[in-house]
Amino acid sequence: MTLNQFLQNLPFFSIMIALISGVVCSVLPGKAARRVNAGVIITVMILSAITLGYTLQTGTYFVYTMGHYPAPWGNEIRAGVLEALTALMFSVVMLLSMMGGYHKLDEEVEQTKVNYYYVLVNLLLTSLLALIYTNDLFTAYVFVEINTIAACGLIMIRQIGRTIEAAVRYMIMNLLGSGLLLLGICMMYGITGHLLMSNIQESVAALAASGEYHVPLLVSIAFMCVGLAIKSALFPFHTWLPDAYGYSTISSAAILSSLVSKGYIFLLIKIIYRVVGFEVFQETHIVNVFFVFGLAGMIFGSLSAIRENDVRRMIAFSSIAQIGYIYMGIGLGTEVGMIAAVFHIFSHAVSKALVFISTIGLTDMSGYSRKFIRLTGAAYRNVIAGVGFTIASLSMVGVPLFAGFISKLLFAQACVSNEGKLLPTMIVLAVSTILNAIYYLKTVIRIYVPSGVKDEPRTVWGANRCYTAAIIGFVVLNFTLGIFSQPFVDLITEGLHMFA
Amino acid sequence: MGPNFAENYMAAVAMVLFGIGFFNLLLQKNLIKKIIGLNIMDTAVYLFLASMGYIEGRSAPIVTDGVTDVEAYINPIPAGLVLTGIVVSVSVSAVMLSLTIRLYRRYHTLNLDEITEIIKKGEEEK
Amino acid sequence: MAARTTPTSNEVAERYIEQGLEETGAVNIVSGMILDYRAFDTLGESNVLFIATIAVMILMRVDSKEEKEKLSAEEAAYTHEKTLEPENDVILKTVAFILVPMLLIFGIYIILCGHLGPGGGFSGGAVIGASLILYANAYGFQRMEKLFTAKTYKVISFCALGFYALAKSYSFFTGANELESIISAGTPGRILSAGLILPLNICVGLVVACTMYSFYVLFRKGGY
Repeated sequence: MTLNQFLQNLPFFSIMIALISGVVCSVLPGKAARRVNAGVIITVMILSAITLGYTLQTGTYFVYTMGHYPAPWGNEIRAGVLEALTALMFSVVMLLSMMGGYHKLDEEVEQTKVNYYYVLVNLLLTSLLALIYTNDLFTAYVFVEINTIAACGLIMIRQIGRTIEAAVRYMIMNLLGSGLLLLGICMMYGITGHLLMSNIQESVAALAASGEYHVPLLVSIAFMCVGLAIKSALFPFHTWLPDAYGYSTISSAAILSSLVSKGYIFLLIKIIYRVVGFEVFQETHIVNVFFVFGLAGMIFGSLSAIRENDVRRMIAFSSIAQIGYIYMGIGLGTEVGMIAAVFHIFSHAVSKALVFISTIGLTDMSGYSRKFIRLTGAAYRNVIAGVGFTIASLSMVGVPLFAGFISKLLFAQACVSNEGKLLPTMIVLAVSTILNAIYYLKTVIRIYVPSGVKDEPRTVWGANRCYTAAIIGFVVLNFTLGIFSQPFVDLITEGLHMFA
Repeated sequence: MGPNFAENYMAAVAMVLFGIGFFNLLLQKNLIKKIIGLNIMDTAVYLFLASMGYIEGRSAPIVTDGVTDVEAYINPIPAGLVLTGIVVSVSVSAVMLSLTIRLYRRYHTLNLDEITEIIKKGEEEK
Repeated sequence: MAARTTPTSNEVAERYIEQGLEETGAVNIVSGMILDYRAFDTLGESNVLFIATIAVMILMRVDSKEEKEKLSAEEAAYTHEKTLEPENDVILKTVAFILVPMLLIFGIYIILCGHLGPGGGFSGGAVIGASLILYANAYGFQRMEKLFTAKTYKVISFCALGFYALAKSYSFFTGANELESIISAGTPGRILSAGLILPLNICVGLVVACTMYSFYVLFRKGGY
């Protein structure tokens, strides 16, 4: 077997290693499970980086049959530049989020059950990798269900009343979305007879050209898209989000906000490109629905965040606004809009996790309180958390040099080519930037105002070394995306071309 | 539309059941009724899938007497998909029910809005 | 209802029916499909069961004396030992005495002949799980604890899922790289045939049986 052939096995190895380690962690005690988890995420990171290098070098995607039978009779996974890049970014963000939350896991989770948390994180990593690499619709559905139950477990691992109620609301909304997604997949199978994405695309193109089964095609695409939109907390379906992100343990909040919703959006983009086809999708007007709800989410999320008195719920509402940005990008219906949406997935993942991890450092040193009043001068009590929070806030607002600025620039460039949507997009971008500035900069100013109390407990480097490393890692990632953004945008463009 | 409907009445019934289950899951106040709605919704999808695979006059896809002619058996793919779906449905029902039991033991009510009220009042009093 | 002319009756279903027996060795075409052609989906599905059990264990398992004291008095009443043992119910015990062995044998038969007739790991595992629940209800948890403790569950699920993942990884690896696999399809119609389908059915059956019983016992008394 040549080296090239061996390298094609790497995506498969990363999925299997994450899966087997999930089973292994269920029988290990807490400390050993933590080390296995960290080791697995680092391994997946290295394998994804090598896959990215390989696909860049060959310049095309490759298909890996899972079993002895080719498509459409057997299962397949497919890897290209975009998939490998997404897997790399997701595993880096997951590792840094876990590192930032270790000290809170020791406090908030019962020690006999902490190894279950690592099982859940490993299986979440498995399902994210499977969603990224899969080329089959039904496999995607099964791993979406693993994703849902794992995320529910991440919310409720900290067992207080608020989190269990948040977990119930989360499950209800997500099961609605799953039901719609499954029904859409069944209808799509009914009219095309295939489950592999490449085969479905040919059938859909033939059906769209001939006009046969016109209404079922539209309905099945609508069900799949709406189901995934409900699961990723698009505007009217966001009610579970503030409690779930606001009260769970901090590594869960960081992983949920950065990775879980983005996994579903990535699957949605994959369905748009590879199952339905970009041209057929533009004709269905679902793009307009996404556009309108994306805009509504941007405004509504920011307005609710301004009214909040609790800092973690404020950040959760800001997540709703950012997901609105991504859907607006998809809703623009152009190639550049998709590139902007994918770049925003990465930049939001990096900034939002940093915001959550810095906030826990600040609130812990302010008497474990989450109200704004108590946060006065918190940046002097926990220096590194203050620095992290400031950088993340500036990135969210969209100050140049940070990752958020490049996202907004790409969105503005994307809407120029689309005449009808140019004016609403520009107006809402401007308004939402101002609203973001109001609540983020207000908080940044408050944490830097000296509180006047003498002899407070102070720490420079945070709770432990993992925490420091996590914040520094995120800051470095943010600057990399902000300053050296052009290679990333080129990679995403090339990846999207390979994607279809 | 008449003859189409007579041929596909199972799919139509499945859609009606799906709607009933969906709106129960979304709009009911009682948690147990929501879980029942979830089960109705999932079962409706399985009915839809199974009806897609059945061809009249043919038998189940188990090779009998060495006959491997495609005209003798129904489509095996929907049967496999339904098997997977049933397992997934059982798993999520179990998780939802255990969440409901935990909430009931602590707050003694099955109404989700009342639970939110109790939690908010508890936090304001602190 | 489908007919010969609907889109779902295409070359995919044709190959499964016509060549399923010789390629997978399984007389039951659906078993061959879910455990050989589309095995990745079934691997995901077993993990859905596993992760649901983990989630229910996080929520419902009450481990030690300290945790039991932390629960409020009413919550503790649910896990109190005395309310859990059955009273001497003659009808239940007699019926269970007859039915439990029959259910166990029937379940094992369904699992072992999953590739020869209707059945398979999932249905057989559910029947075995039901027999365990009936036994626990009729004879009480004290007697059940001699058979089935928390450690039993951990060992069984770890071994079964681990074997499943490793065996299927070998199969996927050899298939994708077009290497020769040492697992052959065997003669159709015999018990030891159909390649990996029989061991995988056994693994899936064990996992499903343990999961069913675990759900019951976690909901009932919060521990094994």
